[in-house]
Amino acid sequence: MSIKVVYFASLKELLGHSETLLPTPTSTVSVIDIWQQANPDLTIPSNTLAAVNMEYVSLEYPIADNDEVAFFPPVTGG
Amino acid sequence: MIKITANAFNPYTEIQQHQAQQSGLQGKFGATSLFIGTMRDFNEGQTVQSMTLEHYPKMTENQLGKIVSEAQQQWALLDSLIIHRIGEVSPDDSLVLVAVWSSHRGDAFDASRFIMEALKSRVPFWKKEQLTNNQQQWVAKNTDGYQNS
Repeated sequence: MSIKVVYFASLKELLGHSETLLPTPTSTVSVIDIWQQANPDLTIPSNTLAAVNMEYVSLEYPIADNDEVAFFPPVTGG
Repeated sequence: MIKITANAFNPYTEIQQHQAQQSGLQGKFGATSLFIGTMRDFNEGQTVQSMTLEHYPKMTENQLGKIVSEAQQQWALLDSLIIHRIGEVSPDDSLVLVAVWSSHRGDAFDASRFIMEALKSRVPFWKKEQLTNNQQQWVAKNTDGYQNS
Protein backbone atom coordinates (compact mmCIF):
# COMPACT_ATOMS: atom_id res chain seq x y z
CA MET A 1 0.00 0.00 0.00
CA SER A 2 1.34 3.40 -0.89
CA ILE A 3 0.66 6.97 -1.96
CA LYS A 4 1.46 7.82 -5.57
CA VAL A 5 2.68 11.37 -6.11
CA VAL A 6 2.76 12.75 -9.66
CA TYR A 7 4.07 16.01 -11.12
CA PHE A 8 3.44 17.78 -14.39
CA ALA A 9 4.88 20.42 -16.72
CA SER A 10 7.40 22.89 -15.27
CA LEU A 11 7.15 21.31 -11.82
CA LYS A 12 8.11 17.92 -13.25
CA GLU A 13 11.13 19.52 -14.92
CA LEU A 14 12.10 21.37 -11.76
CA LEU A 15 12.07 18.15 -9.74
CA GLY A 16 13.62 16.01 -12.46
CA HIS A 17 11.02 13.24 -12.20
CA SER A 18 7.33 12.71 -12.83
CA GLU A 19 6.37 10.30 -10.09
CA THR A 20 7.23 9.16 -6.57
CA LEU A 21 5.79 6.39 -4.45
CA LEU A 22 5.55 7.06 -0.73
CA PRO A 23 4.78 4.48 1.94
CA THR A 24 1.36 4.78 3.52
CA PRO A 25 1.58 7.29 6.37
CA THR A 26 1.03 5.93 9.85
CA SER A 27 -0.90 9.01 10.94
CA THR A 28 -3.35 11.45 9.32
CA VAL A 29 -1.57 13.62 6.77
CA SER A 30 -2.62 16.34 4.34
CA VAL A 31 -1.58 17.19 0.80
CA ILE A 32 1.10 19.62 1.99
CA ASP A 33 2.53 16.94 4.30
CA ILE A 34 2.87 14.67 1.26
CA TRP A 35 4.76 17.41 -0.62
CA GLN A 36 7.13 17.91 2.30
CA GLN A 37 7.71 14.20 2.67
CA ALA A 38 8.42 13.79 -1.04
CA ASN A 39 10.46 17.01 -1.35
CA PRO A 40 12.02 17.73 2.04
CA ASP A 41 14.48 20.27 0.65
CA LEU A 42 12.05 22.29 -1.48
CA THR A 43 9.28 24.64 -0.40
CA ILE A 44 6.24 24.17 -2.56
CA PRO A 45 6.13 26.91 -5.25
CA SER A 46 3.45 29.47 -4.41
CA ASN A 47 1.33 28.96 -7.52
CA THR A 48 1.23 25.14 -7.29
CA LEU A 49 -2.16 23.46 -7.73
CA ALA A 50 -2.99 20.12 -6.13
CA ALA A 51 -5.36 17.30 -6.98
CA VAL A 52 -6.22 14.07 -5.20
CA ASN A 53 -7.59 11.26 -7.35
CA MET A 54 -7.96 13.82 -10.15
CA GLU A 55 -10.11 16.31 -8.24
CA TYR A 56 -8.79 19.74 -7.21
CA VAL A 57 -8.18 20.01 -3.48
CA SER A 58 -6.63 22.45 -1.01
CA LEU A 59 -3.22 21.80 0.51
CA GLU A 60 -4.96 20.92 3.76
CA TYR A 61 -6.99 18.08 2.21
CA PRO A 62 -6.51 14.77 4.10
CA ILE A 63 -4.87 11.86 2.30
CA ALA A 64 -6.05 8.24 2.38
CA ASP A 65 -4.23 5.05 1.47
CA ASN A 66 -3.84 4.44 -2.29
CA ASP A 67 -4.61 8.07 -3.14
CA GLU A 68 -2.96 9.61 -6.18
CA VAL A 69 -1.70 13.07 -5.27
CA ALA A 70 -0.82 15.44 -8.13
CA PHE A 71 1.07 18.73 -8.06
CA PHE A 72 1.22 21.04 -11.06
CA PRO A 73 1.54 24.70 -12.12
CA PRO A 74 -1.42 26.82 -13.34
CA VAL A 75 -3.05 25.20 -16.35
CA THR A 76 -2.54 26.76 -19.78
CA GLY A 77 -4.68 24.79 -22.23
CA GLY A 78 -7.03 26.01 -24.90
CA MET B 1 -18.44 14.03 -26.88
CA ILE B 2 -14.94 14.75 -25.61
CA LYS B 3 -11.82 13.90 -27.60
CA ILE B 4 -8.17 14.39 -26.68
CA THR B 5 -5.96 13.78 -29.69
CA ALA B 6 -2.28 13.81 -30.59
CA ASN B 7 -3.23 14.09 -34.27
CA ALA B 8 -3.93 17.25 -36.24
CA PHE B 9 -7.68 17.74 -36.74
CA ASN B 10 -9.88 19.82 -38.99
CA PRO B 11 -12.53 21.36 -36.72
CA TYR B 12 -14.96 21.99 -39.58
CA THR B 13 -14.83 18.37 -40.73
CA GLU B 14 -15.24 17.18 -37.15
CA ILE B 15 -18.31 19.37 -36.67
CA GLN B 16 -19.91 18.18 -39.89
CA GLN B 17 -19.25 14.52 -39.13
CA HIS B 18 -20.47 14.79 -35.55
CA GLN B 19 -23.63 16.62 -36.54
CA ALA B 20 -24.40 14.07 -39.27
CA GLN B 21 -24.02 11.20 -36.79
CA GLN B 22 -26.31 12.68 -34.12
CA SER B 23 -29.75 11.73 -35.37
CA GLY B 24 -31.33 13.31 -32.30
CA LEU B 25 -30.25 16.72 -33.51
CA GLN B 26 -32.08 16.59 -36.83
CA GLY B 27 -34.87 19.13 -36.96
CA LYS B 28 -34.29 20.11 -33.33
CA PHE B 29 -31.33 22.48 -33.30
CA GLY B 30 -31.68 26.11 -34.21
CA ALA B 31 -28.31 27.28 -32.96
CA THR B 32 -24.75 26.02 -33.16
CA SER B 33 -22.01 27.99 -31.43
CA LEU B 34 -18.36 27.24 -32.17
CA PHE B 35 -15.08 28.27 -30.67
CA ILE B 36 -11.89 27.21 -32.41
CA GLY B 37 -8.53 27.97 -30.82
CA THR B 38 -5.59 28.05 -33.23
CA MET B 39 -1.86 28.20 -32.55
CA ARG B 40 -0.28 31.60 -33.19
CA ASP B 41 3.34 32.10 -34.22
CA PHE B 42 3.83 34.78 -31.57
CA ASN B 43 3.28 35.16 -27.85
CA GLU B 44 4.17 38.01 -25.52
CA GLY B 45 6.46 39.65 -28.06
CA GLN B 46 8.34 36.49 -29.03
CA THR B 47 8.24 34.37 -32.18
CA VAL B 48 7.07 30.84 -31.48
CA GLN B 49 8.21 28.06 -33.80
CA SER B 50 6.29 25.15 -32.31
CA MET B 51 4.68 24.06 -29.09
CA THR B 52 4.22 20.92 -27.01
CA LEU B 53 0.97 20.35 -25.16
CA GLU B 54 1.13 18.15 -22.08
CA HIS B 55 -1.86 16.96 -20.07
CA TYR B 56 -2.84 14.88 -17.06
CA PRO B 57 -4.60 11.86 -18.59
CA LYS B 58 -7.96 10.96 -17.02
CA MET B 59 -8.11 14.16 -14.95
CA THR B 60 -8.39 16.04 -18.24
CA GLU B 61 -11.40 13.99 -19.34
CA ASN B 62 -12.91 14.09 -15.82
CA GLN B 63 -12.70 17.86 -15.63
CA LEU B 64 -14.08 18.37 -19.13
CA GLY B 65 -16.97 16.03 -18.31
CA LYS B 66 -17.78 18.02 -15.19
CA ILE B 67 -17.68 21.29 -17.12
CA VAL B 68 -20.07 19.96 -19.76
CA SER B 69 -22.41 18.72 -16.99
CA GLU B 70 -22.36 22.16 -15.38
CA ALA B 71 -23.18 23.75 -18.74
CA GLN B 72 -26.05 21.30 -19.28
CA GLN B 73 -27.50 22.26 -15.90
CA GLN B 74 -27.42 25.96 -16.73
CA TRP B 75 -28.45 26.00 -20.38
CA ALA B 76 -30.74 23.96 -22.62
CA LEU B 77 -28.13 22.10 -24.68
CA LEU B 78 -28.91 19.39 -27.18
CA ASP B 79 -25.32 18.27 -27.71
CA SER B 80 -21.70 19.29 -27.43
CA LEU B 81 -18.36 18.37 -29.00
CA ILE B 82 -15.03 19.25 -27.43
CA ILE B 83 -11.71 18.36 -29.04
CA HIS B 84 -8.32 19.29 -27.60
CA ARG B 85 -4.94 18.67 -29.13
CA ILE B 86 -1.93 17.31 -27.23
CA GLY B 87 1.68 16.66 -28.28
CA GLU B 88 3.67 18.62 -30.85
CA VAL B 89 1.80 21.41 -32.61
CA SER B 90 2.74 24.02 -35.21
CA PRO B 91 1.41 27.49 -35.99
CA ASP B 92 -2.02 27.39 -37.68
CA ASP B 93 -2.83 24.00 -36.11
CA SER B 94 -6.20 23.86 -34.37
CA LEU B 95 -5.66 23.44 -30.63
CA VAL B 96 -9.19 23.30 -29.31
CA LEU B 97 -12.75 23.06 -30.58
CA VAL B 98 -15.82 23.75 -28.47
CA ALA B 99 -19.11 23.26 -30.33
CA VAL B 100 -22.55 23.28 -28.76
CA TRP B 101 -25.95 22.70 -30.27
CA SER B 102 -29.18 24.06 -28.83
CA SER B 103 -32.61 25.10 -30.01
CA HIS B 104 -31.96 28.79 -29.31
CA ARG B 105 -28.93 31.08 -29.70
CA GLY B 106 -28.75 32.35 -26.14
CA ASP B 107 -28.09 28.90 -24.75
CA ALA B 108 -25.57 28.13 -27.49
CA PHE B 109 -23.59 31.39 -27.12
CA ASP B 110 -23.52 31.34 -23.33
CA ALA B 111 -22.71 27.66 -22.95
CA SER B 112 -19.85 27.71 -25.47
CA ARG B 113 -18.29 30.70 -23.72
CA PHE B 114 -18.71 29.07 -20.32
CA ILE B 115 -17.17 25.78 -21.47
CA MET B 116 -14.20 27.52 -23.10
CA GLU B 117 -13.44 29.77 -20.12
CA ALA B 118 -13.77 26.85 -17.69
CA LEU B 119 -11.47 24.75 -19.88
CA LYS B 120 -8.88 27.53 -19.79
CA SER B 121 -8.91 27.80 -16.02
CA ARG B 122 -9.57 24.23 -14.82
CA VAL B 123 -8.54 21.52 -17.28
CA PRO B 124 -4.97 20.26 -16.76
CA PHE B 125 -3.22 21.05 -20.03
CA TRP B 126 0.13 22.86 -20.23
CA LYS B 127 1.92 24.50 -23.15
CA LYS B 128 5.66 24.60 -23.70
CA GLU B 129 6.83 26.92 -26.45
CA GLN B 130 9.81 26.37 -28.72
CA LEU B 131 11.03 29.81 -29.72
CA THR B 132 12.92 30.67 -32.91
CA ASN B 133 16.02 31.56 -30.87
CA ASN B 134 16.25 27.89 -29.79
CA GLN B 135 14.96 28.67 -26.30
CA GLN B 136 12.07 26.80 -24.72
CA GLN B 137 9.65 28.17 -22.17
CA TRP B 138 6.52 27.03 -20.37
CA VAL B 139 3.52 29.31 -20.73
CA ALA B 140 3.15 30.53 -17.16
CA LYS B 141 -0.57 31.27 -17.11
CA ASN B 142 -3.52 31.91 -19.36
CA THR B 143 -4.58 35.48 -20.07
CA ASP B 144 -8.11 36.87 -19.77
CA GLY B 145 -8.48 36.46 -23.53
CA TYR B 146 -8.30 40.08 -24.62
CA GLN B 147 -5.40 41.66 -26.51
CA ASN B 148 -5.64 45.04 -24.81
CA SER B 149 -6.07 44.22 -21.16
